[in-house]
Amino acid sequence: MDKTINITLKVWRQRGPKERGAFESYKLDGISVDTSFLEMLDIQNEILINQGQEPIVFDHDCREGICGMCSLYINGHPHGPDEDITTCQLHMRKFKDGETITIEPWRSAGFPVIRDLMVDRTAFDKIIQAGGYTSINAGGAQDANAIPISKEDADEAMDSASCIGCGACVAACKNGSAMLFLSAKVSQLALLPQGRVEAAKRAKSMVAKMDELGFGNCTNTGACEVECPKNISISNIARLNREFITAKFKD
Amino acid sequence: MATILDPKKDSKIPDGPLADKWKNYKDHQKLVNPANKRRLDVIVVGTGLAGGSAAASLGEMGFNVLNFCIQDSPRRAHSIAAQGGINGAKNYQNDGDSVYRLFYDTIKGGDYRAREANVYRMAEVSNNIIDQCVAQGVPFAREYGGLLDNRSFGGSQVSRTFYAKGQTGQQLLLGAYSSLSRQVQKGSVKLYTRYEMLDLVIIDGKARGIIARNLVTGKIERFSAHAVVVGTGGYGNAFFLSTNAMGSNGSAAIQCYKKGAYFANPCFAQIHPTCIPVHGEFQSKLTLMSESLRNDGRIWVPKKKEDAEAIRAGKLKPTQLKEEDRDYYLERRYPAFGNLVPRDVASRAAKERCDAGFGVGGTGLAVYLDFSDAIKRLGKDTVEAKYGNLFQMYDKIVDDNPYETPMMIYPAIHYTMGGVWVDYELMTSIPGCFFIGEANFSDHGANRLGASALMQGLADGYFVLPYTIQNYLSDQITVPRFSTELPEFQQAEDDVNKKIAKLMSIKGTRSVDSIHKELGLIMWDFVGMGRTKESLEKAIEDIKKVKKEFWSNVRIPGEASTLNVELEKALRVADFLEIGYLMAIDGLSRNESCGGHFREEYQTPEGEALRRDDEYAYVSCWKFTGEDQEPELIKEPLDYEFVVRQQRNYKA
Repeated sequence: MDKTINITLKVWRQRGPKERGAFESYKLDGISVDTSFLEMLDIQNEILINQGQEPIVFDHDCREGICGMCSLYINGHPHGPDEDITTCQLHMRKFKDGETITIEPWRSAGFPVIRDLMVDRTAFDKIIQAGGYTSINAGGAQDANAIPISKEDADEAMDSASCIGCGACVAACKNGSAMLFLSAKVSQLALLPQGRVEAAKRAKSMVAKMDELGFGNCTNTGACEVECPKNISISNIARLNREFITAKFKD
Repeated sequence: MATILDPKKDSKIPDGPLADKWKNYKDHQKLVNPANKRRLDVIVVGTGLAGGSAAASLGEMGFNVLNFCIQDSPRRAHSIAAQGGINGAKNYQNDGDSVYRLFYDTIKGGDYRAREANVYRMAEVSNNIIDQCVAQGVPFAREYGGLLDNRSFGGSQVSRTFYAKGQTGQQLLLGAYSSLSRQVQKGSVKLYTRYEMLDLVIIDGKARGIIARNLVTGKIERFSAHAVVVGTGGYGNAFFLSTNAMGSNGSAAIQCYKKGAYFANPCFAQIHPTCIPVHGEFQSKLTLMSESLRNDGRIWVPKKKEDAEAIRAGKLKPTQLKEEDRDYYLERRYPAFGNLVPRDVASRAAKERCDAGFGVGGTGLAVYLDFSDAIKRLGKDTVEAKYGNLFQMYDKIVDDNPYETPMMIYPAIHYTMGGVWVDYELMTSIPGCFFIGEANFSDHGANRLGASALMQGLADGYFVLPYTIQNYLSDQITVPRFSTELPEFQQAEDDVNKKIAKLMSIKGTRSVDSIHKELGLIMWDFVGMGRTKESLEKAIEDIKKVKKEFWSNVRIPGEASTLNVELEKALRVADFLEIGYLMAIDGLSRNESCGGHFREEYQTPEGEALRRDDEYAYVSCWKFTGEDQEPELIKEPLDYEFVVRQQRNYKA
């Protein structure tokens, strides 16, 4: 039989954005250490449903670490204590028998709570809409091999493009800044010739949108990089700043 | 006598030689001029590779698009989880690839149960897709010279798969999402996130809108348009455990089916050979390990039963087993394709070994995928560069280092080739209602080849639907916008409200998940990798019982008039019960084995799928005839003009 642990959950419950929330505690016994964190919450929810209570609401979808939907702040860390993973990839073997686990939503002015642990991240979509693309219509592209791109640049762009838009960087930041998210997109496109054309305009309009949406400024604490499940580097922020300053000089 | 569809009249296959059909179609189809496009509304449900690319493209062309998704952002659609790559017939590797060869591999891989004309068109536009994605800034893997790299995938002998690490689906989806975001900014697309379609609205026989539930407020809302496009993916979650996302569902398909769209080939579901094995009863989903791993990983089980038993008991480690005691069964059975046989073949071979008692892992339901040779040959660094993120994912889930011990894998439900029937224009049997991507049935026959799902989704969304939908909309330009106050909308909303009220009023004792799991077990045991007449008949009876249990004993806490996750799940499971039933009756009606549909009664002496082309070379289209009534079977014959059907052979 698998090894099991007994735990206590301290979960943030909040009916709606304008309502007052509070922690509620649940005791959960006999959880297999091979269970994933979200499966553990499924088990807790099954218990609540069978008691006729409403389950804990949390965002999740792919459960393999790529969709960016899951978003829990566990024991003071976005996506929990393990490194380089999302909440859905976290397993109960990372917790000790008898441990109390505190689960909160992302807390940031940019991400209002919808219910319990579910937050509204529409602001990220709006930042991308402000310029996170190349202006190309379907059908207008030249042959894919027409412009060679050095492997180093392609690989670096790929690293920046790995961002899953989960918002852990914002949740980790004491200023609630979205700079890591924004800079990853600006970097990806600035590194590639296809995105170079609009690089300056893109950096300016995306930053302006971020400011407008109530995200804070970057003060280089580096917490975002540490908590990012996809290892997005803060060197992206440096590149964004270069793009931004160059764009301002051109004005 | 079943109704027979006419390939020309009903399926609208254009005239001419295979290579000219799409060109002929485009040369002669009707178009909508730019000024009129602005006056036409199109609803697109789904924001994955198909829905997202379609919404973006229609927006770019000037249509007024309303785009819906159930997630909080279009970027979360489950296309994002596709790992391995996307096929394109570029022949950049000079290894003999061509549009025809991609077409032929796809037709053959699908066990000759797809439409020739559709598949050829997909192969034809595959190159445009690669160009489009690179222009968007998709960071595909490159060689040191700066040109694009390729790798090979199952079912082909050329390297035509473009990839972005093990995250190709993510990068392609983010490409489509960026194009979509650009249109949102321009105002041509309006996004409705956290909205779920609950019904299709038909006026005078044409699709004219949808009823959707705002998942945050619980409010039921009405949306009208001149056409409705659905790209909501597959229905693999009928099995409960699958590689699909938790929210992936087949509800839009069932809603349209009940409004008159045929459901085609529902029994064609793909079991993917390389997934992480099931670990326990609370497992919520299965994780795929990309097929690309089969490029360098070798699949084996112990040769001797006593070794397999010792491994299962934890007394022997796989690394202790000598080379001569390992059975590389794919290389043994299929020397020509080896570990790169198509998915259906690899899955069945794994099941065969495990059923025979050679399986490993605690349950005996696992085989090894071993990288020790690749690490010796290429070095650990190269293997890490190619597959690092997949190895990390495996390690995090299983708590075992695949660089040192072989991975354990087992087949799991992954993709559904079946779906809503569409004609060559991707229109269903309801005028004005289109289905694209995995949600339709069209291009993969009875089995999909690796790296072809991304290709099909983007082909439909960027390059096919934006043309074909105009042929329909061209005579709609004088039709004014529809009021959502029309009685048809009222009726549809009333029906939705009634269904929700009924579900909420049951107040039974069982959670939605517990019933969904019960359905999933029936599907896996009796409609899974190996099916028989008896197993399918049992499934049909069992599904009826579960359906009854669901509609009399489900418990949904909370209110319908607000955010209610259990209600969302219940509405989807209600439809999975319908889909499970359709899969079972379809499988029962198809007395042959082909692709992912393996009827154990029909196999060759070597245990391969035995097709029966004389009787079953058709598409099974199921027509809804009323609640709890048997659907009517309509057949679309697959008369091949260009390809000669053969028994698939991956041995030599």
